[in-house]
Amino acid sequence: MTLQVQARLQRGDFTLAINDTLPTEGITALYGRSGCGKTTLLRLIAGLERTREAEVRFRDQIWQSGRRHLPLNRRRLGLVFQESSLLPHLSVEANLRYGYQRTPPAQRRLHPEMIYRLLDLDDLTQQPVQTLSGGQRQRVALGRALLTSPQLMLLDEPLSALDTTAKREILPFLADLPASTGVPIMLVTHSAREVEQLADHVAFMSRGRLERIETLREALTRPDSPLFSDEGPAAVLQGQLTNTGDGEWQFVTRGGEGRPSVPFQVSGHSSHRTSLHRLRILASDVSLATQEPVGISIRNRMPVRIERIEEADEHRCTITCRLDDGQILLSRITRASVRELGLENGQTVIALVKSAVLME
Amino acid sequence: MFELSPQDWQAIAVTLKLCTLTTVILLVLATPLAWWLAHRQSPSRTVVQALVALPLVLPPTVLGFYLLIALGPRGPVGQALEAMGLTHLAFSFEGILVASVIYSLPFAVQPLMESFRHLGTRPVEVAASLGAGSVDRLFTVILPLCRGGFIVAATLTFAHTLGEFGVILMLGGSIPGETQVLSVLIYDYAEAMDYAAAHRLSLGLLIFAFLVLVAVYSFNRRVDGVRP
Repeated sequence: MTLQVQARLQRGDFTLAINDTLPTEGITALYGRSGCGKTTLLRLIAGLERTREAEVRFRDQIWQSGRRHLPLNRRRLGLVFQESSLLPHLSVEANLRYGYQRTPPAQRRLHPEMIYRLLDLDDLTQQPVQTLSGGQRQRVALGRALLTSPQLMLLDEPLSALDTTAKREILPFLADLPASTGVPIMLVTHSAREVEQLADHVAFMSRGRLERIETLREALTRPDSPLFSDEGPAAVLQGQLTNTGDGEWQFVTRGGEGRPSVPFQVSGHSSHRTSLHRLRILASDVSLATQEPVGISIRNRMPVRIERIEEADEHRCTITCRLDDGQILLSRITRASVRELGLENGQTVIALVKSAVLME
Repeated sequence: MFELSPQDWQAIAVTLKLCTLTTVILLVLATPLAWWLAHRQSPSRTVVQALVALPLVLPPTVLGFYLLIALGPRGPVGQALEAMGLTHLAFSFEGILVASVIYSLPFAVQPLMESFRHLGTRPVEVAASLGAGSVDRLFTVILPLCRGGFIVAATLTFAHTLGEFGVILMLGGSIPGETQVLSVLIYDYAEAMDYAAAHRLSLGLLIFAFLVLVAVYSFNRRVDGVRP
């Protein structure tokens, strides 16, 4: 169930040199700065970037082998670009059905009724393309691609041209797609937040090369992960949101098999589209205590085991802690605190979480 | 004064046939060529672009002269045709058709290229990802979205072929019913001092050409990004 890419491509000063196997399960994020070649790699996988020095294999199909090149229209791929790519001379409905009509009936697994419901498209089909908002256009583009029953979806920064509101409108749809349609997604992005919110696997790309391919969990256990460049290290916990009955919401982590889950109190949430959620906790929002503190306003307190203590800079340390459910929580405290409390590997301490943000 | 002679009608028929066939052939040939010129970054692109534009700057007699040599009984093309049991192309309708296609090439390629550049490659890539093959993409995406470019290209090609004179005279001569087009017939009338006959055809052509250009420019104002 993988995508093998081997390629060399020269465009001016830029060289793309890839020889890797990419996972095709759930959502795989191709992450890197702009200009690192992630879009070029995506276009190579789609067959839109031509070079003789390339081998592309998807599962048991050969998409390209040197001069032999399967054209895009026969790869059964869904493509969504950064800017609106709806065909302007067709109605929304005709756009949505363009690919469906060209898919042989025997290969159709995803049908209009289901996709319209999934992406909330019913109200849009009768509108002219020009009247749609940015977020609506991207939803139509996603639906149009899905209606070809693709084997793989390639999304090139589909959210980066949208404002915050439109992003929030699409994200829950996107997060659910692999589960609800069975189509894996390859997502090009330069936003660490999008990776944390959506990805199952991350491929880190830099200067035309894939530097590291790992699961999101693995990526988030490295305090020096490129994902942390903006706000410092953060832990992303996977779990489920449940209503405790008295109007409060509780986030229950979903850890490894046979391990107990850990509950977090969250507040101020009203609408919940997705069943699975992610909780983001900045390392700087987590303090450690050697004894259960009394008379403290922080409600989220839980035992953790210290796995690693690393010096982050002159004054601070990043402490990697393991929750009871097996997931990782990061804490950033001063070196002086580490000394005073006498913290060491293997020790069990209490983590105090000042704030946990539910990612929607 | 405006009564046309049988010879006039014959020339009109040859001219219309020549213009229509040239336009159809050129739209078929110029579409892929213009797409390649608009979207491929090949080192040979500049050379091809210069070759396409050559008929714009060359005296028609130069083009006609070399075509006469190439297509005539002693030219490489003419000899190859005769070796296959066909006839050479000098002083024939097929000959002036080949000449017209070459001579009007820039008038078909230029507006199409502009129009394709304006369109970009994205809509075509989208259609391909949705399962459309190349012919399907041409008819369901490129043609409807570049309709203006195609209309301008067809009209200009037709009108420019109508105004052809030097190339046809060099290569085709003035054979009634075969190579005698309107422009050549007008020349013949003037040579024979029959100014009345020359005048009635000239005025007709003048009015026709003017109307065609008015139509193109008024259409052009409604279609962005396309200039003849």
